[in-house]
Amino acid sequence: MMKKRKGVKNYDNWGYLFVLPFVVVFLVFNIYPVLRTLYISFTNMKISEREAISFVALDNYIRVLTDKFFWNALWNTVRIWGLNIILQLGLAFLLMMVFSDVKYKMKGLAVFRIVYYLPNLIAATSIAFLFSTLLNWRYGTFNQIINEIFKLFGASYNPIDWINDASTAGLSISVIQTWMWFGNSFIMLMAGVQGISKDYFEAASIDGAGRWTIFGKITLPLLKPILLYVAITSLIGGLQLFDLPYLMINKTMSSYNSVQTVVMYMYKFGFETGTTQVGFASSIAYVLFAIICGVSIMQLKIFNRKED
Amino acid sequence: MKSIGFCIKKGLLYFLLIALGLTCLLPFLLMIVNATRSGNEIATSFTLIPGNSLKENWETVFDYFNLFQGMWNSVKVSVPATLLTSYFSALTAYALAMYKFKGSKVIFGTILVFMMIPGQLGLIGFYNLCTKLKLVNSYIPLIVPAIAAPGTVFFLRQYVLSALPKSLIEAARIDGANEIYSFHRIALPIMAPGVATMAIMAFIGNWNNYLTPMIILNKNSKFTLPVMMASLRASTDINANQGAIYLSVAISVIPILLVFAFFSKYIISSISAGAVKE
Repeated sequence: MMKKRKGVKNYDNWGYLFVLPFVVVFLVFNIYPVLRTLYISFTNMKISEREAISFVALDNYIRVLTDKFFWNALWNTVRIWGLNIILQLGLAFLLMMVFSDVKYKMKGLAVFRIVYYLPNLIAATSIAFLFSTLLNWRYGTFNQIINEIFKLFGASYNPIDWINDASTAGLSISVIQTWMWFGNSFIMLMAGVQGISKDYFEAASIDGAGRWTIFGKITLPLLKPILLYVAITSLIGGLQLFDLPYLMINKTMSSYNSVQTVVMYMYKFGFETGTTQVGFASSIAYVLFAIICGVSIMQLKIFNRKED
Repeated sequence: MKSIGFCIKKGLLYFLLIALGLTCLLPFLLMIVNATRSGNEIATSFTLIPGNSLKENWETVFDYFNLFQGMWNSVKVSVPATLLTSYFSALTAYALAMYKFKGSKVIFGTILVFMMIPGQLGLIGFYNLCTKLKLVNSYIPLIVPAIAAPGTVFFLRQYVLSALPKSLIEAARIDGANEIYSFHRIALPIMAPGVATMAIMAFIGNWNNYLTPMIILNKNSKFTLPVMMASLRASTDINANQGAIYLSVAISVIPILLVFAFFSKYIISSISAGAVKE
């Protein structure tokens, strides 16, 4: 050991060289922007630092918290995300139950997994454009299909303006989000189930446990860490909802105020010409971050309490 | 042996699973069919039988802009970014797993924290930095940051710890191999499956990325495919012809479908890995 020591120490110094590119780029493009945003959030910067900017302490934050449009955007985000997450995790959970059922032993998991995951691969811009066109109230294929189905039953269908109407726009986006993401959640949950040792299931069925007992007593408890992981990652992603509503709903539509999300609101002040107030936008980013942290901690607490 | 009721229930389950699968595929199917039909046909009825307006739709789309230019721009961004992510994440992960040096714990801790930080948090600071460095309309801010991909480093570090025995590197040292040689010739080949998985996910992420290119690029000739697709809304010619819309969406979707056709196994395994890494 003693003889080797000098050599080992020398080798370990190679570590510095190997991590150097990562550290430099990480400092410049990840850490600096995050800190820079924090700094800007305490200033009255409008567009860039060429103007005379001054330190305004917590003014931007007070403005965010007293801004009814911010709260409206937050409520929209939570509403759209909430419905989406219930549908998405619910569906993924049901599928996981079906495919892990000890009695039915369903086949074809490999194929179903691929098909269910497919929508998740496509760029949000393409999805947004595809669904805007399919859901168009007058020319869209969806309303045509619904109309045909109604006709089949001899009823008449009054075409719904899915994305223009304030009462259905949020719903449409939640459902499209669900369509895009349930396969992803399902694969993760399924990976968790497959990670559980087969012995547990066999031992339980030898002991005469029914499938619901097996599900409740074995599958569910052992799946908890993955459920938590899925819940937290979809929270972080979901509260940042931007692409779909931004691309599908524009300011001229009557549904705009019911689907504008927090990140869309931030984008408006951060990047859109005419409304740029970078200081204010930065504080929106940090308030959203604080909310995401808060909810993540709550999720952790809830999951851990059940364990006792 | 099994009762009829059991068989019926099982059949019903399969029926529901297939129906759900069709729901996933139907929008794409409609997209492909409608891409070959004229705006008028689409507006009046729906069908799954292809029409014969593909050529007109094609001309409408390409009169307005060159989608292949956008695709080429996306390649110019995604391919180098993916290569950088793969190589430097492997290098960093190897260093964090194999060497004990001051600060390695701090780096690893920071990586964990940044994996949980939402991407939009630093967006304004990032843009602010790019304007200061005069990098607006350049591909550099879309490519160079790929060198530091915290999630990929985290995944590959676990991979190194489980798949690469330290004794292998030590044996090479005794044979007189230098550390850079050992990484490239011994470690990298062993890490290859893990790196490949992460590379595919990185490629898809880069290819589909919208928000960052949108804020950095404002010249039409520089637009990547997603940014170009988003700008479609501004074209009245295209919006007047739904067939052209479907066609442009179809063209934008095809490359990623090809990637998926070849690599679906890797993609599924990387999502699974994400879930069980705890």
